[in-house]
Amino acid sequence: MTAAVDCRNVTVRFVTDRRTVTALHDVSFDVEPGGFLSLLGPSGCGKSTLLRVVADLVAPSSGTTTVFGTTPAEARAARALGFVFQDAALLPWRTAIQNVELPLEVGGARSLPPGAPTPKELLKLVGLEGWENSFPHELSGGMRQRVSIARALLGGPRLLLMDEPFGALDEITRDRLNEELRRIWAETGTTILFVTHSVYEAVFVGEQVLVLAANPGRVAARVAVDLPRDRDLTIRETPEFIRIVAGLRDAMGRRAA
Amino acid sequence: MSTTTADLSADPGLRAAEEAHHRKMRRLAWRRRLLPVAGIGGFIGLWAFIVWFWEVPRFVAPSPQLVLATLFERWDVLLANLVPTAIEAFAGFTLGNLAAIAVATVFVHRKTAEEAFFPVVVLINTIPVVAKAPILVLLMGNGMEPKIAIAALICFFPTLVNMVRGLESVNPQAMELMRVLSASEREIFFKLRLRNALPYLFSALKIAASTAVIGAIVGEWIGSTYGIGALIIQSMYNFDSPMLYATVIVGSAFSVLFFAVIVAAERYFIRWQPANNA
Repeated sequence: MTAAVDCRNVTVRFVTDRRTVTALHDVSFDVEPGGFLSLLGPSGCGKSTLLRVVADLVAPSSGTTTVFGTTPAEARAARALGFVFQDAALLPWRTAIQNVELPLEVGGARSLPPGAPTPKELLKLVGLEGWENSFPHELSGGMRQRVSIARALLGGPRLLLMDEPFGALDEITRDRLNEELRRIWAETGTTILFVTHSVYEAVFVGEQVLVLAANPGRVAARVAVDLPRDRDLTIRETPEFIRIVAGLRDAMGRRAA
Repeated sequence: MSTTTADLSADPGLRAAEEAHHRKMRRLAWRRRLLPVAGIGGFIGLWAFIVWFWEVPRFVAPSPQLVLATLFERWDVLLANLVPTAIEAFAGFTLGNLAAIAVATVFVHRKTAEEAFFPVVVLINTIPVVAKAPILVLLMGNGMEPKIAIAALICFFPTLVNMVRGLESVNPQAMELMRVLSASEREIFFKLRLRNALPYLFSALKIAASTAVIGAIVGEWIGSTYGIGALIIQSMYNFDSPMLYATVIVGSAFSVLFFAVIVAAERYFIRWQPANNA
């Protein structure tokens, strides 16, 4: 079976006036279709850069990446991937539903594939039924991020890339959205790559956690999350959860020391 | 929980507090309306008093009553001269701003053009209006054209600077989103940049609305026989201070009206809050 994402020996260097920064050094990993991989690491470890390599927003200096067997550029053109940014990146002059509809209006006129959920249905999926005609400034931070998730899901992408999507939200909202993200993942069957710097979040949402270390950004460990698929937040108090978290902290700490 | 809210709404203390708040809001609303009126009234009163008390001669400064009378008596002359000035200001406003928007669009897409021509624009902007006017009159004759050109030039610079800022200050993540969606430059321009620039554009248009009128008037100072600007010069040479003041009032009233139209258009077109965190 073709992997959803397959990165082989990816290195990214940024040349600035003063020095050359190696953001990622020889990173290899893969995700199976329908998988949920958390990318965990301290700031500066290149996890956002890695996500941007997969989305064809950053060109790697060397190495190859495939998305469902095609290049990232082909996957992007075929709308095989959706991207959720840390700040919801909604267009403030558009209502919630108009923001969700944006992908249909750019990149060549498109219509929804038959059977794909409509913008209205997607807003319902993310729990915003009745808010279709609200403007972003009328929505809370959590609601804005829900709109942006609905927008990324339009057209039924096979891969969802999320760059610290809940990083700017308060803890209570964040917990609730983590739960809902698990539900959305189960309902849509989309492969998800989820960047975070919170160990708890990484373990709670992911089926697998890829730990990255900084300077230069590289893979430190890959840990499987052996928890039931059906999770609610109470699972964070179970010994299994705590054991996995401790293991990840160990993997991160050993590298940093 | 629901009983608590019911109890609260029945609480007489809460109702009294709410009523006090509404009273305070109404009072503030009246204050907002009355204070400017009182300020202007006071200013006119002071003016009338000074002219009366020191017996200022009529050719130096008129009393407000005399200006008001002149406004009514010579309304036909004032209106006949306002029309050409208004046409020049409006035509200059339209041309200058359209040109600025077009040039800003080019600048955003072709950095080379911006680097090459922006200094030229800055240089032209440093020439004072009163110095530009004779140059343009020599170039374009004594018709409406030089006045329109001056009004256009005076509008051009603020709009260009604001428009470039507005087109460029797009949320970087929204730009990345457009990349992910394989949007073309054209789509990015119309769906993202242009809408993003609207609040910046309207800030510039509000400035331009009053400066376009100034440009047209200054243009009319140089050897013109019609328009608000010409009337100002004529009244001054004739020591006809009531007419001079009446002309100035008509000119500013037109500026205020022009400004108000732009503000109304802004309210109509920009109904969202330009929040950067959205």
